[in-house]
Amino acid sequence: MAAIDIDGLTKDYLVGFWRPRPYRALDGVTLRVEANEVFGFLGPNGAGKTTTLKLLMQLVYPTAGTIRILGKPPGDLGVRRRIGFLPEAPYFYDYLTAEEFLGYVAGLFGIREPERRTRVGSLLDRVGIGAERRLPMRRFSKGMLQRVGLAQALVNDPDVVFLDEPMSGLDPIGRRDVRALILELRDRGCTVFFSSHILSDAEALCSRAGILVAGRMVASGRIADMLAFQLAGWELVVSGVDAAALPLSDLHVRRVTPLADGRHALDLEPDADPERVIAECRSRGGRTVSLNPLRTTLEDFFVEQVAATQAAGQAGRFMPEG
Amino acid sequence: MGRVIGLVAFHVFKESVRDKVLYNLVLFALLMISASYLVGQLTAGQDIKIIKDLGLAAAGVFGLFIAVFIGVGLVWKEVDRRSVYNVLVKPLRRHHFIAGKFAGLALTLLVNLAVMTAAVYAVLAVMAWAQPSLVTTARIEAPVVDPQLLKAFALIYMQLLVVTAVALFFSTFSSPMLSAALTFGLYIVGHFNADLAHFENVVQSPVAAAIARALYYLLPNLAPFDIKAAVVHGQPVAAGYVLLTGAYGLLYAGALVGLAMLIFSRRDFK
Repeated sequence: MAAIDIDGLTKDYLVGFWRPRPYRALDGVTLRVEANEVFGFLGPNGAGKTTTLKLLMQLVYPTAGTIRILGKPPGDLGVRRRIGFLPEAPYFYDYLTAEEFLGYVAGLFGIREPERRTRVGSLLDRVGIGAERRLPMRRFSKGMLQRVGLAQALVNDPDVVFLDEPMSGLDPIGRRDVRALILELRDRGCTVFFSSHILSDAEALCSRAGILVAGRMVASGRIADMLAFQLAGWELVVSGVDAAALPLSDLHVRRVTPLADGRHALDLEPDADPERVIAECRSRGGRTVSLNPLRTTLEDFFVEQVAATQAAGQAGRFMPEG
Repeated sequence: MGRVIGLVAFHVFKESVRDKVLYNLVLFALLMISASYLVGQLTAGQDIKIIKDLGLAAAGVFGLFIAVFIGVGLVWKEVDRRSVYNVLVKPLRRHHFIAGKFAGLALTLLVNLAVMTAAVYAVLAVMAWAQPSLVTTARIEAPVVDPQLLKAFALIYMQLLVVTAVALFFSTFSSPMLSAALTFGLYIVGHFNADLAHFENVVQSPVAAAIARALYYLLPNLAPFDIKAAVVHGQPVAAGYVLLTGAYGLLYAGALVGLAMLIFSRRDFK
């Protein structure tokens, strides 16, 4: 059984006061996240990531499509007992302390004293909220609210955690802590579904990812698979040869960079034949030092997908009337 | 279910009692009640009536402000600041959340009204102790520290529950400014509602009369909750009347909370 199963999820909002028009925020999104996976839900601003998460949390209702979390619909109270959610830029109650709020949330899960107190204390320690836990949360910085948000998402020791932009508002140390927390959750057997537009985080954490552009899934799968066939070129380092004298355009060499000790780095196009270039160098008395394929980064892949979708004219999301 | 509603209510109460707006309103009410002692000094022979009248009025007006100003933000503020996202994804139904919100504010109002009631009785007790001669005159109509006042306070509370339900209802779909305006509007209309019942005596059109009658049943009838004059002047108020009016208040508030639940349960939080 998949931890999260989304099929044909579509959401239209009515936009405008006098003549409301349907705006398609999400268009037939289908994806499946297996148990114990860290899934990165990526996309530029306004792609529909937060809408998807709100649909998963039943904060908005779908226009079409189905959602199953742990095999059940998202409104099922049994499912809610087993999931955690961190909303984007979370906000809490001004006059409650972090400790009181977490106690309240733990109470909603039916966790009773003294376990409630122990769990709240250890979670606040885990996310790095110290003595501030007894201050009203209106005094908290954005980063501290984010940490409280993470703690409240984990108070029930969930099987599936949904995090909407978990790194947002955090300083480098905070981001490192959140990365460590996500990996810790994964190691504990928890499924993590997180949305982000910070691709380095996704590359470092996810086993699989999906890319959402203008409300549509444009790519989904293992990051390694997504990028494996996306060869950006080759880097060949040779020595003992005047590389600039080679028939560069014939060999599909984009650029030659002189290095120390008479070495040269040759930047080959993806369709170049590295063995032919090596043979050419050898015939001129040169020696191969190294040859490395240049793979597309997730960022390159992401930008490419976004550009392709926008070029195909899929960014217009107002639905025809009538 | 009850445990979850209780938890939400307790946290609404906790938040409310720490809100400066509430403290300011309660402080003003207590000042008004205390000031009634001074006003009473200016009116020969009417001191006790003035204190009772002003005390009950202050409790009603400031209770109304608390119900409206906290009530209209109760749900809207949570949605606007997105704090509701942290709670609604937990194992509770949306209608439990609304019930908890209502119960929390009802508890806040109960505690505040109890403080105001105690303040009115304290002023009356001081008066009885300091000026026994005036008390003798007043006793002709009603005792100074009159337990009948509790009936008036009870109906003020029931009326505040209706106002809270109105504010909560509007709060589920409109902004605080609009909700406050509509709630105050309904409060005023509610006090003149009885006139709608006899509209057919002053208009010719049967359609207008039918609309007036429909509005009479639809809008809250708040005039019966005001028994200040009777209590202050020592006229008897039957316990049955208090119970029946209270039951009407509960029924009306319950219906509005039910509507608020229905709207809130179907709402998209964009």
